[in-house]
Amino acid sequence: MDDLGANVSDDEDNLSLGTADDFVDLDVVYKESNIASILEKLDKELVGLKPVKTRIGEVASLLLVDRVRRQLDLSSGAPSMHMSFTGNPGTGKTTVALRMAEILHRLGYVRQGHLVSVTRDDLVGQYIGHTAPKTKEILKKAMGGVLFIDEAYYLYKPENERDYGGEAIEILLQVMENQRDDLVVILAGYKDRMDKFFTSNPGMSSRIAHHIDFPDYTKTELVTIAKLMLAEQNYVMSGKAEAVFEQYVQRRMEQPFFANARSIRNALDRARLRQANRLFERRGDRLTRLDLMTIEDVDFLASRIFLEPGPKD
Amino acid sequence: MMTNPANRVTQGQFSFLPELSDEQIMLQIKWAIDHGWALSVEYTDDPHPRNTYWEMYGMPMFDLKDPAGIMGEINQCRATFPNYYIRVMAFGSDRGTESPTMSFMVNRPPNEPGFRLQRQEVDGRSIRYSITPYATDQPEGERYP
Repeated sequence: MDDLGANVSDDEDNLSLGTADDFVDLDVVYKESNIASILEKLDKELVGLKPVKTRIGEVASLLLVDRVRRQLDLSSGAPSMHMSFTGNPGTGKTTVALRMAEILHRLGYVRQGHLVSVTRDDLVGQYIGHTAPKTKEILKKAMGGVLFIDEAYYLYKPENERDYGGEAIEILLQVMENQRDDLVVILAGYKDRMDKFFTSNPGMSSRIAHHIDFPDYTKTELVTIAKLMLAEQNYVMSGKAEAVFEQYVQRRMEQPFFANARSIRNALDRARLRQANRLFERRGDRLTRLDLMTIEDVDFLASRIFLEPGPKD
Repeated sequence: MMTNPANRVTQGQFSFLPELSDEQIMLQIKWAIDHGWALSVEYTDDPHPRNTYWEMYGMPMFDLKDPAGIMGEINQCRATFPNYYIRVMAFGSDRGTESPTMSFMVNRPPNEPGFRLQRQEVDGRSIRYSITPYATDQPEGERYP
């Protein structure tokens, strides 16, 4: 009997919030938010990056469910959306951050959805009293959007005790905690250095809900990326060129200072240069549309990578 | 008969309306931002209508996308000068405008004593009028306890 009594009073409590039978159609909200198109775009334009995409999908679901819960007056504090992106150079951290701003905007988590990309120089001042206004200025600009701090570990320089980076971190932490619904902070940098940065700033680490690691691309992924990049600029690779390019990627990956997609972009830029030069040398001939579009194997073969003996040879 | 019994200073936009709530202020600021205007926060304790140039609180804010940043600045200014007049000003830099485009008060002292009307007889029986805020009888900084 006692149990029954307790149940009745529970139900009364629920009535003030709406009944348990209230319902919403998650699918409708999903379609309204247009999030599907943006996730699809993300999937199509970003090759690989499986763990990153999974996490973004999870974040999107959480925000969507949160929105539906709010419709039924089930209040829960705004989830923390601060993130850290770690990974080697050229793994797409900035690109994903841009996309993230758009996703968060579509789901109504940030009001404007713009991305303010900064580095240490924009936050830390040069003399006493310079840092706080500088940092606050940037924070004000990022309000309603996403603040992307590239190479965040430079903020903290333990070897120099007079460094003003600590001050910037302090202000940042305060805003990250108190104005969670005004802006989202994304820190990015190389994995090992970011880990060291977080160990020396435990407050920062605990205020970041999502630590996302960007894996390196495989050879096949890099070739796919190259094709996408070329297609964007209205170029194509000839069949032979593709085979040579695969070898190129293989050799380039073994060399120092390999920066994933960024190295690929540079390689393609140089290939375009050589293609232009090759076409210019045949300037008596008639050039077809296809000639102007096609990158040939010779454009890659002239690369330094093929001329110098590789580290393995 | 007093036509303005509370002696409320009325200058700038919305000053004949009840005080704007923070939410309403944010919406006004949003409107200014959407026009690409730069906003700034200013304060003074001299309510004379000819006192055009108020003190700037911090720098004018360019390139902001969201009103939250400016609202934060307003609240900081309110905390520093709780009994002062504080206004938000928008500046339009478009060619042909190049001047303030909006200006409205967001804070005022709890007690506004109003203005003294002074009549001066000149040139026979002609009268010149001028007004002086009672508050400015006190030195700056001590006007609104």
